Amino acid sequence: MTHVLDPNALADTSGGTGTLPDPFADVTRSNDAFRAFLHGLPGVDQVGAEARAKVLGTRSIKTTAKAWALDTAISMVDLTTLEGSDTPGKVRALAAKARRPDPTDPSCPAVAAVCVYGDLAGVAKEALAGTGINVAAVATAFPSGRASREVKLADVRDAVANGADEIDMVIDRGAFLTGRYLDVFEEIVAVKEACGSAHLKVILETGELVTLDAVRRASWLAMLAGGDFIKTSTGKVSPAATLPVCLVMLEAVRDFRAATGRQVGVKPAGGIRTTKDAVKHLVLINETVGADWLSPDWFRFGASSLLNDLLLQRQKLRTGHYSGPDHVSVD
Amino acid sequence: MTSLFEYAPAPESRSIVDIRPSYGLFVDGEFVDGTGTPLKTVNPATEEVLSEVATGSEEDVDRAVRAARRAFVKTWGPMRPADRGKYLFRIARLLQERAREFAVLETLDNGKPIRESRDVDVPLAAAHFFYHAGWADKLEHAGLGPAPCPLGVAGQVIPWNFPLLMLAWKVAPALATGNTVVLKPAETTPLTALLFAEICQQADLPPGVVNIVTGAGETGRAVISHPDVDKVAFTGSTEVGRSIARAVAGTEKRLTLELGGKAANIVFDDAPIDQAVEGIVRGIFFNQGHVCCAGSRLLVQESVHDEVVASLQRRIGTLRVGDPMDKNTDLGAINSAEQLARIRELTAFGETEGATCWQPDGDLPDRGFWFKPTVFTDVSPAHRIARDEVFGPVLSVMTFRTPDEAVAKANNTTYGLSAGIWSEKGSRILKVTDQLRAGVVWANTFNEFDPTSPFGGYKQSGYGREGGRQGLAAYLRSDS
Repeated sequence: MTHVLDPNALADTSGGTGTLPDPFADVTRSNDAFRAFLHGLPGVDQVGAEARAKVLGTRSIKTTAKAWALDTAISMVDLTTLEGSDTPGKVRALAAKARRPDPTDPSCPAVAAVCVYGDLAGVAKEALAGTGINVAAVATAFPSGRASREVKLADVRDAVANGADEIDMVIDRGAFLTGRYLDVFEEIVAVKEACGSAHLKVILETGELVTLDAVRRASWLAMLAGGDFIKTSTGKVSPAATLPVCLVMLEAVRDFRAATGRQVGVKPAGGIRTTKDAVKHLVLINETVGADWLSPDWFRFGASSLLNDLLLQRQKLRTGHYSGPDHVSVD
Repeated sequence: MTSLFEYAPAPESRSIVDIRPSYGLFVDGEFVDGTGTPLKTVNPATEEVLSEVATGSEEDVDRAVRAARRAFVKTWGPMRPADRGKYLFRIARLLQERAREFAVLETLDNGKPIRESRDVDVPLAAAHFFYHAGWADKLEHAGLGPAPCPLGVAGQVIPWNFPLLMLAWKVAPALATGNTVVLKPAETTPLTALLFAEICQQADLPPGVVNIVTGAGETGRAVISHPDVDKVAFTGSTEVGRSIARAVAGTEKRLTLELGGKAANIVFDDAPIDQAVEGIVRGIFFNQGHVCCAGSRLLVQESVHDEVVASLQRRIGTLRVGDPMDKNTDLGAINSAEQLARIRELTAFGETEGATCWQPDGDLPDRGFWFKPTVFTDVSPAHRIARDEVFGPVLSVMTFRTPDEAVAKANNTTYGLSAGIWSEKGSRILKVTDQLRAGVVWANTFNEFDPTSPFGGYKQSGYGREGGRQGLAAYLRSDS
């Protein structure tokens, strides 16, 4: 078996010259080869992964550490609305909140991005002009991904044309679960190409992959295909983001960087509603992959209601008392 | 590891526990003065004296044994088993109610991280009482004969590594089976046992059923060699265990010993590596490695050695060593200056014998007894660090090529308490487990304890089992 953590494992035998050898250049030569590679990744023991996530969940983050964590978490939020009832008005309201999450406190950081459906990307773009806040658009027949590749690529191009800086695509879980890994890979490659300069986040929809072994394989697949971020979920399937899933994805990006030199971001999405959950994720990053991922460039929270809880906790820390839900804006 | 996200100190408050300036012995339901020279017990993380504790002399032990005998004959022995169960349930609930108090006191007296005393020691101690409470009126169904009988007075001597938990392992089965006890806690960690004595009072346990006699080795000797003790149970070093076996030889006393270990943690190349690394860390750094079943010998398949060691070192770099009362501390203080000296002596041997020593960066506190998490690579099975129990946060890494070699090396020890196997292949786990001569074998986990599971050793790790149905046998006679 090739050791995935050893960057020279295949480079030694490739005999390549000149440019930096990609140690995994030939693993996608056929579906069988790709399957052998993905199934050769070290397994994940679910009980052990859950136990590790649970222990990290007991870390006690107080005072200065909490203040730092709150601001960092706010700056990592992809403020999201993905409803059939979304309107330009709703998106503009969200954009306003993204710029100034706490209107009473100018020291509160802005969020990282606003995440919408592709047809509303233009509205978001306009509302966020000049703020540095990105527009993320879901595409590729989100959330199911059940459409032909042409439709998915058209969806991506449309969102990019509307001004999306980041594309959140979904993988073909059906193909993944039946073992057509190369199809999934090629689709991501095609989407990445259609993205142009837009950043690509690849949604694995871990709630449908079910096992942590599958999460690790899908993470590697998405990273090899060129994804800039790997993202847990659409938010439309339960369970969405969980700590053990995020742990396995963090281990994957850590090992991938060790092997290839390329850093990939991680975005848990869906189900993270409280400050406590967000802080647990920051602890998970800190103790799994380290400080390099503790920035909005490399870690995001896909969330909507989380932001208000972060703001309430932030107000509490500053003023010493809890305010109520009427002290933050309803989106 | 990172300066970006520094965890602010998160100390547990010690105000919840009220440590008295001095403690007597707990005999016949009340605290009495000891006649020996009192001992001072210190907080190993700060070297601060916590309290002065009485030393039980031979006469004190005799008084305790006589109280235990009286209770056995008059109250506890004749009591309806279901009622004995009620007392145990009550003790278990009180332990839960006062869990924070016990956790804080255990951490102050022992040096272990509050996270472990809070999440492991105290809940498990309560679980042992709950579990055995359930057995109290069902002993005839334990497979030990139609009407098993208690032995009488149990003399129990426990170690300092899990003071309250070892007390629970000893006291709960003894009481559930109808025996009464005289327990001697370790000299460096007597405080939670004395707080447990308060729980016995609070639970209205009849006087004499539980007697706690503090002191050092002399007191322990008096307990085990008292002629009216019917049963001796000891957990501690193999050296002391041997002398106890000699002292008990030729008497009618029944004996169980839970002694040292040098457990092999075997990592096959098809292991879930990230979880295996977690398990290695848990195996050797849990409780500063002061664990008789610690996974102190890591056997890694050669083909994944470099990957596992690199991953392990990175992970050890994230361990938080320091103030045991901080809720984020992973590795606390070494229990005593004496133990620290022993760890230093054995690790020094490791280096002179040619093994490679690795420790993470970082400073240790100025006061108190501390030792960094340590990994020795290039260890040969002939090295002392591969054979002697260090009883500290020191891991020896060795390699193997085939499953047979792994089994041979794992069994190549005078001990046989525990072992671990890491593999994603179930059939391999079952086969290797069958071949390991160790009382407990963990598969894809390590240092996992449960009152329903019997615990005990092969060879010089001792004899007898504690916990589970099997553990009851040590306290029952089936021949009457």
